[in-house]
Order: sequence, then structure tokens, then C-alpha cells
Amino acid sequence: MSEKLYNIAVEVNGVVRQAQVPARLSLVDWLREELRLTGTHVGCEHGICGACSIMLNGDPVRACLMFAVQADGHKITTVEGLANADGTLSVLQDSFCQTHGLQCGYCTPGMLIAAQGLLNTVSQPSEAQIREAIGGNLCRCTGYQQIVDAVQLAAERLAESK
Amino acid sequence: MTPPFRYIGKHRRTCEDPRFVTGRGRYVADIALPGMKHVAIVASPHASARITAIRTDAARALPGVHYVLTGGEFHAATDALVSGIDAPNMKRYALAKDVVRYSGEWVAAVVADTRALAEDAAELVEVDYEILPHVIDPEIAVHSGSPLVHTAQGTNVLFQRRFVWGAVDKAFAQADHRIALRTTWGRNSTVPIETFGVAANWDAGQQVLDIWASIQMPKFPDQTARALRLPGNAVRVHYDVDVGGSYGVKRGLKHTVLVAYLARKLGMPVRFIEDRLENMRGGDMQGPDRIFDMQAAFDNDGTVRALKIRALDDVGAYAGRAPLQLGKPITAICGPYRIAAVEYEPISVMTNKTPQEAVRGFSQAPTNFAIERTMDHIARHLNMDRIALRRKNLILKEEFPYRIPSGSSYDSGDYHAVLDKALQAADYASLINRRDQARAAGRYAGIGIATCLEPSGGNASFEPLFNPKNDTTTWMDSCLVRVDLSGAITGVMNTSSSGQGHETLVSTVIGEILERDPANIRVVRADSLSALPSNSPVGSRMAIMLGGAAAGAARKIRETVIAIAAHNLGCAASEAIYANGDVSVQNYPDRRLTWDEISTIAHRKYHQMPPDVEPGLQAKFVWQVPTGGSLPNANGEVQIYPCYAFEAHIVYVELDPDTARPEIKQYVCGHDCGVMINPDIVHGMTYGGIAHGIGAALYEKFAYTDDGQLASGTFMDYLIPSAMEIPAISIVDHCTPSPLTTFGQKGSGEAGYLGAPAAVANAVNDALAPLGVSVETLPMTQDALWRTIQSVKKQRK
Repeated sequence: MSEKLYNIAVEVNGVVRQAQVPARLSLVDWLREELRLTGTHVGCEHGICGACSIMLNGDPVRACLMFAVQADGHKITTVEGLANADGTLSVLQDSFCQTHGLQCGYCTPGMLIAAQGLLNTVSQPSEAQIREAIGGNLCRCTGYQQIVDAVQLAAERLAESK
Repeated sequence: MTPPFRYIGKHRRTCEDPRFVTGRGRYVADIALPGMKHVAIVASPHASARITAIRTDAARALPGVHYVLTGGEFHAATDALVSGIDAPNMKRYALAKDVVRYSGEWVAAVVADTRALAEDAAELVEVDYEILPHVIDPEIAVHSGSPLVHTAQGTNVLFQRRFVWGAVDKAFAQADHRIALRTTWGRNSTVPIETFGVAANWDAGQQVLDIWASIQMPKFPDQTARALRLPGNAVRVHYDVDVGGSYGVKRGLKHTVLVAYLARKLGMPVRFIEDRLENMRGGDMQGPDRIFDMQAAFDNDGTVRALKIRALDDVGAYAGRAPLQLGKPITAICGPYRIAAVEYEPISVMTNKTPQEAVRGFSQAPTNFAIERTMDHIARHLNMDRIALRRKNLILKEEFPYRIPSGSSYDSGDYHAVLDKALQAADYASLINRRDQARAAGRYAGIGIATCLEPSGGNASFEPLFNPKNDTTTWMDSCLVRVDLSGAITGVMNTSSSGQGHETLVSTVIGEILERDPANIRVVRADSLSALPSNSPVGSRMAIMLGGAAAGAARKIRETVIAIAAHNLGCAASEAIYANGDVSVQNYPDRRLTWDEISTIAHRKYHQMPPDVEPGLQAKFVWQVPTGGSLPNANGEVQIYPCYAFEAHIVYVELDPDTARPEIKQYVCGHDCGVMINPDIVHGMTYGGIAHGIGAALYEKFAYTDDGQLASGTFMDYLIPSAMEIPAISIVDHCTPSPLTTFGQKGSGEAGYLGAPAAVANAVNDALAPLGVSVETLPMTQDALWRTIQSVKKQRK
């Protein structure tokens, strides 16, 4: 089918990626299927579960509620871009491992993005702030407890390292 | 093996977490096969209708579309899916033919280059329907005269039997008191965040069907092969696919048979990933939907003498394994209590709803809910403290093993100690003060108590109970352990996982037995053609069964290592001292061989091997479920599960006085699952189970309109609780080892979920108690609570 294609240039995890995409291609499908960044997951495709969360210009957003064409000219960070430059785990990622803040791992990339968004703006978040920050991300495995523990631990570690 | 343990029970990081926090999990939707095509589904918009015509030409003509499959071809080319019970006239296929029986049932499948194109084409498929009468109320469906979901079956009732264990009628005649109540468990499910997905490829060179699926299902390769009329060894299921949550339901057999048929027919790799609506509606993964009519006979002192339980379960439009979900609760039918006589009448009925699948606990949670509501009603009837009532009836530590009337023996426990610990952790006296002060201030406040069991060890002995043609008496699991030439250890497991941390389980157990660091032990998964037999992680069984199998295989390795060393050191095996994998001679520490030296002998130096020992260093172990192996007697008594974990929940809830919005202010769970192999994993699953139970109690329901349409097919209306609804939870551990298992472990995969709905329901009803009303239907939605409160207020005006 001769679907009209649009040129886009998006900075993804620090690298500018250029592509021609149909208007109806969702951002998450572009990231996963075209760029093969499969760490970002699809859970509901209607903006509730948060599994597809990515950073858009530093803020957590739903990649299932955006079209790829809308990301043209913007900066995106996916879960693959959260680790340190040398490939070691970030403080937040390491804290999730320390508290076992995950089980099946499916919601985890979205949780990490939501939590990182909080830690980027609030250095010593309260438990209530953490719960609110991840309140738009559904997890079926953990009951959220060890995720909250992980974010608290990461905040403490980041404060100590400052 | 007994404590102290070296690795078991310690806080240790899991093997699995690092790949997930870096986005390197490998889920089915991440698998891209060269030239892979995509499926979209055409689903029935009607609850019950005859298909009079299907026109696929326009869809087929769309560029990029490869095929449109309908029921006629599919029914002729494949066999019906296996049912858990004996219902030969209830045929189930992935695609409907001639008749549709629920809204969302699959009618046609479109294959195209992309999912988007497949959806475009699916919209061009035209289906003509002639609407037929439907039934969605199980209490109507159970009667003759109801519209029939399967006319050939002649009735909507799939299974009905009345079990009587002990002198029930005598107890009811002699007891001081009798009560009756009805409680209803709403139709919810586990609803994993990852939908079900499957990719298949027919390897024409090898004549093998390769399958990658987000599966958690016993006998999955066998049942797939049967439906496709292939020999079992022509289906290769790849178990190294990460599964994004399941908790019982990821049993996409129909999805798999459909996709595999298409892949083979078209000679192309084909995949189908459910979208959210397909998952909720046509994915056939809804859960128990059950009406309990409960009766209890009890004395003035609180002794519960007998229960009568009638459970009417709405399985939806096809049977699957659902009727068997009425069977497992038989293994803990009297809960943790000394109730000497029980009558149980399970009734499985079909309606024009989405079919039911196995849900976490296989119906133990609904049954526990009904029993615990009954206990609270007994306490209220006697004006007795709810904890005192439970203490009066809880089985005592000294009484184990304790045989319950339905034939199972509980292995071990200390229920009173766990309850004590939970009450202490909750600071129960001040909790009562807090509730009473809240009430004095005009708020609706309540405390909920629930004590219940988690039968674990996943056996299938309820199958013969519900289907006399099924005489299954084993539900084994297995492990292969290999030590290579370099001395590195690899454990091979034989099923997929969905978040339970089995790689950590296996490496921890092998490390414990061989005294080698689990961090250096790799765990991989065989595919189904290279696998030893496994029954997958169902029935809260893997700590027991996979843990036991891994330990058994590791022990064989240890014995072989000792035998090789003793042979070379010139001592008897009984004189050899094994430490950290090295072996020395008793009293001669210098006469020793290292782990690496012994591995080298095993792989390279047959001339140094003891006679009758195989070269190489590997061992397999296939473990039968402890206590398993027997068929039920004529009275329906059988040992079903081997191990019984215990939980005691204490919940404090307040309802907003104006909006009735429930808020859980405090949550304590006392938990005893014996020896925990990895406490972080056990705690995590328990927290998650409690959250899931809170969802079942307050929020989650697959609601249907009167005309049979699913009214909650999105996350906007099927409400999964978030971090804002789930409170901080305090778990208090206790350890009563099981005498039946390798390390004293019991199961924990269903922990929390089995008692949370009961505890929350009891808390909400305690909050409503001053109004003189109770709510007996789950979920207790905010709307239902508000209406209940308003109705009392109106009456009082």
C-alpha cells in the first residue's frame, strides 16, 4: 500500500535517528519495531498501564499515546539509555536489583523511567511522592512495595554521593 | 538437609533482575523472525448468534494480506482443544464455525505483512449473523429451559457432584447453632501487563514446528501437537522466552494452535500478539465467577462442627480447565480449622461469557473468602471475638500431620504462633482503639481478620476426582545439572518462567548442595524436545518441585565427585570429606583433590574413573510430587497437594463518610511457608499477591451488560490497583519447615492473594457493622458501598 511517509529526526539515547514513517505509526512501535529498542514495552495501548513510558525531553511520557512523527526534533531516552556511560547499572537500576523491585520485568522499564523522572526533580522524595510518581504505572507482580523501597534506596544513595 | 544454610534463606540478588532493569529481557513480542507475518482477529460482536455468511474477498484483495482463515477450514484441519472434564459434545476451537457463543469470540484470522495492515483487512471482513437467545446469569443457565450455550451438550451444567465427608447431617442436627449465607466472588482475573503472544515457524527442513510463546501451562507442547495432528516430537516449544506476568492464566493454547496452523500452511513465520481488548475479551483468560451458598453448624463455645458449601461457578462459553478450579479447594476445604465434617457441592455451568482460565490459587482464594466470611458471621451470631473464634478452631501445632475430612493431610504448621506474631506486629490493641476513635469521630472504620492456607506443591489429583476417565497420578518436575570440563556448573530447567525467579531458585539450591557460589552457576532452559518432563510453574509448586529436583540432581553430582575422589585418593567414600567442592581424606587434609581436578578426571581421564561410573559429570533428577500417586476413593477422598503454607491477615480500613471511598490504612500479613529459599522473592510475591487480592476485593470485575457485552475491556474500567490504592504492607515471617521437602520449603507463589480478599472484605464489613448491614459481593466497589450506606441512612430518616 502506498502510504504517505514523513521524514523525522529524533535524538534517541544520545544518537540522532532519521527515518521515514507513516503518520499512523505510534512512537512505541517505531522504537520497538524499527529501532529494535525492545526494552520499552506495550501493555495497553491506551495510556493507562505506563509500560511504554519513555523520557521526552527529560519528562516521562507514554510512547503509546504519541505518533512517531510527533517526536520529530525531540530528545528521547528509553530504558536502554538509563545505564551509566560505561555500561554499568545506574544507581536507580542497581537499587531495583538490590531490593528486588521487580519480578517478571515487564513493567520495569516504565517504572524506571517514572522513578528517574522523579529523582531528576526531587532529591529526597517522601514515600507519598514516590507512590504518586509511579501511580500511573501498573505492576501486577510486586504490590509496589519493593519498587518504593528501590526508589527510596536510590534517593539515599544519590544524596550520599553528592 | 537442615539449617544452618550457606545460601538458602539469605538476602541474595537474583540472577534475573539485571537483564530486566536494562531492557534486555526477551519477551515474545521482542522476537523478530525473518519474514515474519502478523495476525489480526475478527471477533463476534454478539453473545450468541448463528453465522450465516462470511465474505473475505475484500480483505484478501488488500495488498500485503496473505490469508484470511475462517472456522470451516480450521475445524476440518485441526482437532478440538483438550477439555479438563469429560464433555465430548462441547467442542472448542480457536475459531468459531457456524455458531458464536460469546461476544469477542474469534471468527476469522487475517495474516498480513504488518499488524496494522492485518487490522485494516480485518475491518473488511463481513460476517452475517442471525442472533440467538443468550444467557449470562449462571442461576438461569443452570436450569433446564435456559438457552443452551452448546445445544449438542443438552445442558449448560458441565459438572455437578455432592461430596459428603464426615457426619455432616448429624452435626447440623446436634449443633447449638446453624447459619446460612450467600457470598459472591466477582469475575476477575490476573490480567498480566503483558498480553498473551505467540510466534510460530514451520521448519520444513527438519519437519518441526518451532514455537515461542508467553506461556505458563502444563502439557502445552503435547496439547498443541495433538490439536495440530502432529506427533509430539514435531513441536518444539522454546522455553527461553521471558513471560511478562501470568499468575496462572497464560495458557494460550487456542492462540498457539491458530498461529501454528497458519505458519505451517503459509510456510512463513507468523505471530499474534493480543492487544488489550483481545486479551480481556477473546483471550479466554477471565477468572472464577462464583456464588457460594454457605451453611455452618457450630456450638455455643465457638466450635465449628460442620460446613455445607454449594459453589456455583460460571465458566463462560467453553470448559477448558475451568471446572477443575472447583476441585483444588477440596484439598483445603475446611481451611486451617478442625472442622470434622464438610459437604461440598461444586456446580460448573456455562454461560455466553468469555471462558475462564486458571487463576492464581486455582480457586483457593474464592473458597477462602467464603469460609472466612462464614467465620465472621459465626462470630457475630455468637457475639464472640473474631480472633477468639478462630483460635478455638485453628489446628494445633501438635496435631500435624492433620488429616482433613476430604482426605488430604496437612503437613505442618503453627497457626497460633503466626496469628500471635501478626497481632503483635499490628499492635492489635491500639488498632482497636484507632478504629473506635475513628468511629466516634463519625467515620466508617473496620478491622479485618483472615486466616487461611496456601496448598502448595502443585499436584493434579483433583483431575481424576472430576473426570473418571482421567487417572493422572503424577505431576513431576525435573532438573539436569552439568559440570563441564572447566568445572563450571550449569543447571537446566524445563519450563518457562513468568517472574518467579526460577533461575535464582535453581542456582541457589545447586550452590547449597555442592557448596559452590550460586553467582557462578548458570541456569538455562531446555526446549520441549530436549527437556526432561516438567509441569510448569503452576499450583505454587516450583520451590518444592523444581527446588527438590535441582537438589536431587546436585546430590547425585556430589556423590559422583566423592566417588571419583575416593577412588583416586585410595580411601573409602565414607572416609572422604567434601568441602566447597574439594575432597580430602578424613584425618589427612593433604591427601586431597580439587573440584577442578575432579572435573578434569570425569571429562578426560577414564583410566582414573572408578568402575561403573559414567564419564562426564552430569545428573538428572525427576521428582514425583511428595504424597502424590494415589487415586480418589469412592467417597471422593484423596491426598491432593502435599504442603500447606499458612497466612494470617490483619487489615485496617476506613471508608470516606461522604463518598464511601475505601482506604486501607494498615496491612499486616503473618506468613509461614516453611524455609524460604530466597526471602526477597517470597516477600515480593506475597506483596504482589496481597495487592492482587485487594484488587479482587475492591476494584476488579469483568462486568457484562444484560445483552452479553463485556463492559470492562480496558484499563479505564477494569481497575487494577496502583501504588496509590495499595498501602505499605508489613509481612511477618514464621518458619515451620515441611517434613516432606528437601529443605523444609513450602510453596509461596500464591501467597497473599489467598487471604487478602477475605481480610479486606471482613474489614469493610466490620466498618459497616455499626450500620447493621454487610456486603457479600465482590468486588465491593465504592459505588456499591456508597449505595449500601445511603440505603441505611434513608431507612433511618
